Amino acid sequence: MAEVLEKKKKVTKKAPAKAKAKYSKKQYLDWFTIMYRIRKFEEKTLYAYSKQKIRGFCHVYIGQEAIAAGLTSGITKDDKVVTAYRQHGIALSRGLDSNSCMAELYGKSTGCVKGKGGSMHFFSKEHNYFGGNGIVGAQIPIGTGIAFAEQYRGSKNLCVTMFGDGAARQGALYESFNMAMTWKIPVLYIVENNKYAMGTSVERTSNVHELYKIGSAFDMPSEPVDGMDPEAVHEALEKAAKHIRSGKGPYFLEINTYRYKGHSVSDPSKYRTKDELNEYKEKDPIVVIVNKMIDGKIATQKEIDKIKTEIDNEIEAAMKFADESDYPLGSELYDDNYVQKDYPFITD
Amino acid sequence: MSRILNLRDALNEGMKEEMRRDESVFLMGEEVAEYNGAYKVSKGMLDEFGPKRVIDTPIAELGFAGIGVGAAMNGLRPIVEFMTWNFAVLAFDQIVNNAAKTLSQSAGEFGCPIVFRGPSGAAGQLAQQHSQTFESWMANVPGLKVISCIDPKDTKGLLKSAIRDDDPICFMESEQFYGYKGEVPEEEYLTPIGKAAIRREGTDVTIVSYNKMILVAMDAAEQLQKEGISAEVIDLRTIRPLDHEAIVESVKKTNRLVVVDESWPYGGVSSEIAYEIQKYAFDYLDAPVTRVNSADVSLGYAPTFVEEYLPNPTKVIRAVKAVMYR
Ligand SMILES: Cc1ncc(C[n+]2csc(CCOP(=O)(O)OP(=O)(O)O)c2C)c(N)n1
Ligand SMILES: [Mg+2]
Repeated sequence: MAEVLEKKKKVTKKAPAKAKAKYSKKQYLDWFTIMYRIRKFEEKTLYAYSKQKIRGFCHVYIGQEAIAAGLTSGITKDDKVVTAYRQHGIALSRGLDSNSCMAELYGKSTGCVKGKGGSMHFFSKEHNYFGGNGIVGAQIPIGTGIAFAEQYRGSKNLCVTMFGDGAARQGALYESFNMAMTWKIPVLYIVENNKYAMGTSVERTSNVHELYKIGSAFDMPSEPVDGMDPEAVHEALEKAAKHIRSGKGPYFLEINTYRYKGHSVSDPSKYRTKDELNEYKEKDPIVVIVNKMIDGKIATQKEIDKIKTEIDNEIEAAMKFADESDYPLGSELYDDNYVQKDYPFITD
Repeated sequence: MSRILNLRDALNEGMKEEMRRDESVFLMGEEVAEYNGAYKVSKGMLDEFGPKRVIDTPIAELGFAGIGVGAAMNGLRPIVEFMTWNFAVLAFDQIVNNAAKTLSQSAGEFGCPIVFRGPSGAAGQLAQQHSQTFESWMANVPGLKVISCIDPKDTKGLLKSAIRDDDPICFMESEQFYGYKGEVPEEEYLTPIGKAAIRREGTDVTIVSYNKMILVAMDAAEQLQKEGISAEVIDLRTIRPLDHEAIVESVKKTNRLVVVDESWPYGGVSSEIAYEIQKYAFDYLDAPVTRVNSADVSLGYAPTFVEEYLPNPTKVIRAVKAVMYR
């Protein structure tokens, strides 16, 4: 990524300085921090995978970080979030710490779910993070139900329910959208349109290529969002959240983004071109925000470098922590299958 | 004449041969066409048969399984691929409520000649939702036939039989063993549905298994041989209908039975076999039928969990020794 960062800086440096910053210095630095943390975390994840420290299915978030950044500011900490298996970045944005996430990837007992979940299944009640779901589309009704519970209890909280463009073709979406609109459930649906579901482009899965239009069949307020810009994501989230909290029911955002890497570590991505990838790398959200801060004199390179160094160290430390932690005992496999402590498992 | 093929290519050949033979056969599923299959089982099929007969679907298991059922009721012979059987859960309505029941509901007016296929079983550290074994689930349903095998030769022959069969079939493969090699004849052949195969003859104990667990059973049998215990190993190949005659015949000879079954223990393939044997070979048994299943839990991610969860040769040897009172 460093390479991309440096290269892009040269290209975009000539661009005219943008209009005056809309948000505080802290806000920009916060967005930069979470995006850089996710990128670094994911790069190290790929490295650890290549060293077989991490196994199984592993889907990284590189390229999509601006969405996670928008999530840190566009909703509250009391709001709930649920997403699919491409979830490391979302979990980090909710406040799960790098140590417990990396340890989970390593399958260690110090992981956020004690080595039970791995890459696809992080959870944290403390952070109102309802998890990574491995079944495409399953979290769409689940997120609707999480929001239903908030409505039932009369809270002001909403549930952000995230899914991929591929998941948008599951029947579960249509059933959920319909009930959510009918019952005015406080759910914010976000489709992270990264253009592909494994090797299948959005264009090949439907007649309707602009996913936000799906909402119109339910009269659900729906709009497209630039997912390469945390500011745009933040604003869209804020607006949608306001609508939902006023009791008017769900909202649907199609956040347009791109995954730089293959679907999972085993996918060589032969179905797309280098040019297409580069087109998005030109708009890399981390590069863009750094340029914005420098050009707009919001923060200095030195301040940015300091954050980078801190995060580099944080992720290094997380890998060390994960490496030095223990695997759970095999017998812990029986833990947490039932709440009942003395459940009589069949063991013969 | 025969040559060495892996399971993936054997399945691929089976599908291609049947599609060449019968226009009404087509393949449908996620990533089966342009990507050549998530596990490359359908490699080259789009090129040979074109997009009319090799069809990429959106991620919509319930929908495309149902489209398969309707097409089968109306004269076609669909092969519906699930990326893994874990995702077929979304399609259970169509498999269980429709494919399995159409013939009965319509009093024979409409059949449903369809093959639902894909890998079943744990495949490493894939955690709870991606590690399930579906033979027991599907075999519980009257109206369905269930095939589960990894031997390249037999699997190819069984797939061809399944495609020609007039009943709906759940066909279970193995993600981890698509690269598993074996001799496959050059000439055309069919392998009968509902017949088990004896993979190893023995006299002291019968070990029954299927799918990738057959390799665990064979490994255990080799090790037991060194200790002077002669194990007969039976590969079920078809789960429903169950070839209980083959098991009964073997138990009459060995008087002892261990079932090695990756599915969960409760109400599964292993309990069905244990029932059949106590019923039909009671007088021949010298020890209770014993089984080695996956643990009665959801499989977590860590390697220690995978080790604890799955049947392995050590567990099988322990079970064999228990029935031999050694
Ligand atoms: C029900 C179901 N079907 C198939 C799969 C296999 N699968 C895993 S991810 C995926 C593609 C999903 O794409 P998308 O929703 O766009 O999310 P992205 O990976 O782009 O984040 C598929 C087909 C699955 N996990 N669950
Ligand atoms: Mg996608």
